Amino acid sequence: MDRSHDRYKQLLMALLDGELAPGERSELEAHLAGCRECRDELAGFRRLKEVTDMVRFAEPDDASWESYWRVIYNRLERGLGWILLSLGAILLLAYGAFRLVEELLTDPTVALLVKVGVGALLLGLVILVVSLVRERLYGLRSDRYSREVRR
Amino acid sequence: MVEDRLAVERVLAGQKDAYEVIVRKYQARAYRAALGWVGNGEDALDLSQDAFVKAFRALGRYDRARPFFAWFYVILRNTCFNFLRRCRRERTVSLDLVPEGAAATEDEAKRAELKRRVWRAIAALPGPIREVMVLKYFDELSYREIAEAAGCPIGTVMSRLYYGRKKLRQELEGYHRG
Repeated sequence: MDRSHDRYKQLLMALLDGELAPGERSELEAHLAGCRECRDELAGFRRLKEVTDMVRFAEPDDASWESYWRVIYNRLERGLGWILLSLGAILLLAYGAFRLVEELLTDPTVALLVKVGVGALLLGLVILVVSLVRERLYGLRSDRYSREVRR
Repeated sequence: MVEDRLAVERVLAGQKDAYEVIVRKYQARAYRAALGWVGNGEDALDLSQDAFVKAFRALGRYDRARPFFAWFYVILRNTCFNFLRRCRRERTVSLDLVPEGAAATEDEAKRAELKRRVWRAIAALPGPIREVMVLKYFDELSYREIAEAAGCPIGTVMSRLYYGRKKLRQELEGYHRG
């Protein structure tokens, strides 16, 4: 089909989907009367529509639909709660870990090897966490899907 | 659209429950659009709910002159894209277009095979064309609604549908004759 048929390709789609304006219908019918290629195309698309109309997609059951809003509401309600809980847990764990390490490192009865091992463990953990955070931040900056597209 | 605008205004005024009106109105449409992207019912349900949560948090940036679903659809689509990228299974999604189970008859087996072929054909389309096909086949939106959601002119919607259907026809050629 050449470029002059581009308009009729669009009208064929509109005819199939019941979106033709009245003026467009007569225009398309006049064209179809004289164009075998477009008539064949239309017949092919109609056969395709018969086939695809048989396809049914999975739908959630009634119980899932009933609970759909509740799931969203709970997430909206509990979001702040989870953030504060997580923050509190992190602060307490960090403080507890700090006191434990402080006592361990200042205890003269603890072997030097143990102190070095604990130090290396902590340093390795900090490096890994920082690396993870940097990777995440980099990913967020370069992620073209992370922001709503503005049109 | 007036109903949506009023609901949004109430939500922004602090009435979180008012969001339920919007969710219930668009939940099925959101689910079907997500299903069109990820091909799995459970994931589609989770992702559509994720998108509603994100939309709620971004409601202050919603332009009330635009249809709500067109704005929401962008968030939903991006949520699905991020999910697919994380799972690295854009081309190999687990098909759940119908409930799993042994086909009782030859007819059911043929239908199941047809669904797989339709899904594979749609999943293999270039992004902009797939998007229009998903909105048409899964959400059954009008051309105007698709144009709003996809951010393109109606003529482009029709051209992309033409191309997508032509590809689908080629994929299902054997099924037509069979």
